[in-house]
Amino acid sequence: MDGPPLTPEFRIGAAALGRVMPMHLCLDPAGRISAVGPTLAKIAQTRLEGQAFFDSFLLRRPTGVANMADLRRRAGQQLHLALRAAPTNGLRGLALPLAEEGMLINLSFGIDLPDAVRHHRLSDADFSPTDLAVELLYLLEVKALVMGELADLNRRLQGAKSVAEEQAQTDTLTGLRNRRAMDVHLSHLILTGTPFGLMHLDLDYFKQVNDTLGHAAGDHVLTHVADVLRGETRQGDTVARVGGDEFVILLPGLVDCGRLHGIAARIITRLGQPIVFEGQTCAVSASIGMTVSTAYDGPRPDRMLSDADQALYASKHAGRGRATTFCP
Amino acid sequence: MHGLMNRAIQGFLRDVYGPDLWSGVARTAGLGPDGFEAMLHYDDALTDAVLRAATAALGRARETILEDIGTWLVSSQAGQPLRRLLRFGGVSFTDFLYSLEDLPGRGRLALPDLGLPALELQEPQAGVYDLTSRGLPGFGHVMVGVLRGMADDYGALVLLDHAGADGATETVRIQLLAADFAEGRRFELVGGG
Repeated sequence: MDGPPLTPEFRIGAAALGRVMPMHLCLDPAGRISAVGPTLAKIAQTRLEGQAFFDSFLLRRPTGVANMADLRRRAGQQLHLALRAAPTNGLRGLALPLAEEGMLINLSFGIDLPDAVRHHRLSDADFSPTDLAVELLYLLEVKALVMGELADLNRRLQGAKSVAEEQAQTDTLTGLRNRRAMDVHLSHLILTGTPFGLMHLDLDYFKQVNDTLGHAAGDHVLTHVADVLRGETRQGDTVARVGGDEFVILLPGLVDCGRLHGIAARIITRLGQPIVFEGQTCAVSASIGMTVSTAYDGPRPDRMLSDADQALYASKHAGRGRATTFCP
Repeated sequence: MHGLMNRAIQGFLRDVYGPDLWSGVARTAGLGPDGFEAMLHYDDALTDAVLRAATAALGRARETILEDIGTWLVSSQAGQPLRRLLRFGGVSFTDFLYSLEDLPGRGRLALPDLGLPALELQEPQAGVYDLTSRGLPGFGHVMVGVLRGMADDYGALVLLDHAGADGATETVRIQLLAADFAEGRRFELVGGG
């Protein structure tokens, strides 16, 4: 058979057209609105029938469409438009020619669908059953729920991570920082070029307390030492237990040897007081070695720790219960 | 099984019977003190252990508990989001029943790994529906509860009957006595603000 296939032309009643395309418009050849779909009528708030299309609608894209002839040239293309009465609710449209120079325009909500549905209190009945608008709303809602669950999960994991990190950096007996935390803080101070003082403290006679009075007494002494060190340092200082009876204190911003000696002297005095545990007196004292980051051209963690350690042993050799500053 | 389903069991037991009962059940089942996470997966054996512990603690049959979980899922305050999602299935209770076959697909749209069992709806005679689920033992009982809650929501009067299981295949018979028996709850397409 020759020629193009026959396209059936058919008539459709206004109610049926309204069900298939609840947001359609029919325009007469002069550009007046002759029929309006029920959902579009609902959101227009004023009566559209009889109005000039270009008076009621704002055509945003394509630009330069101002009359019926322009519109006919754009037949079959996607249109972006809005009701002049509700310019913030964007609409999408498709205009197609009707017999006798009229036009049929079908509209839908674009991405502003949820706003439009809420604002105009639309229901399922306002959409064609074949329209996926309701599914889009379902997806938005389910997405919000899933995102909420994920955000909750992230919050809980973040909390658990903070707790785990805190535990990983804390000495369980004394609640002071541990060796790992001290290493991190020390590297951080050096990397950021912060001047700081470093104290290495070792208890004297601690082994005797452990051996004669038992580990419970030793633990009591260590807890007491931790309290003293916390009490004699500032909020931003790092006090770490780095070994059995060894402690390191990092004092950011404190490089004045006189002040460091003052702090060390207070610590030594307080730790020289007898500590009572279950009626028994535990006698310990403290030896301290110190150094400051400003004594080096390029301070290195291992170098500073070993220099403080050397100063500590000088204190021990000089008779214990005293503090020494490392002199290069 | 997906954490969301496990969380439903946890939420139901804690909400209805209190935190003490739930901690006892969790301990017996060997579940950690934090319970289930909604967005993680768990071994089916753990879910089974929780249900066994709940059955023993409450002295009630597993089927009854599963059915109550279903009702709680859509009727309780905690279940409001799910109730809304199910209402997207249709304007009337009949539409809703027809939409049930899409439920696993809708679940996948939300969470690709949710793993809802396949559902099939037959209408052996007018007003009588058979809903068959395949693959998740006990799901039929949960659906009896869900359907009871949703029928209330739509204002429909139904008779529900778990018609038994054949392996992992379970059938629920739904007799729709009156589609508009009572004023249902209103459903706004866009919830919240």
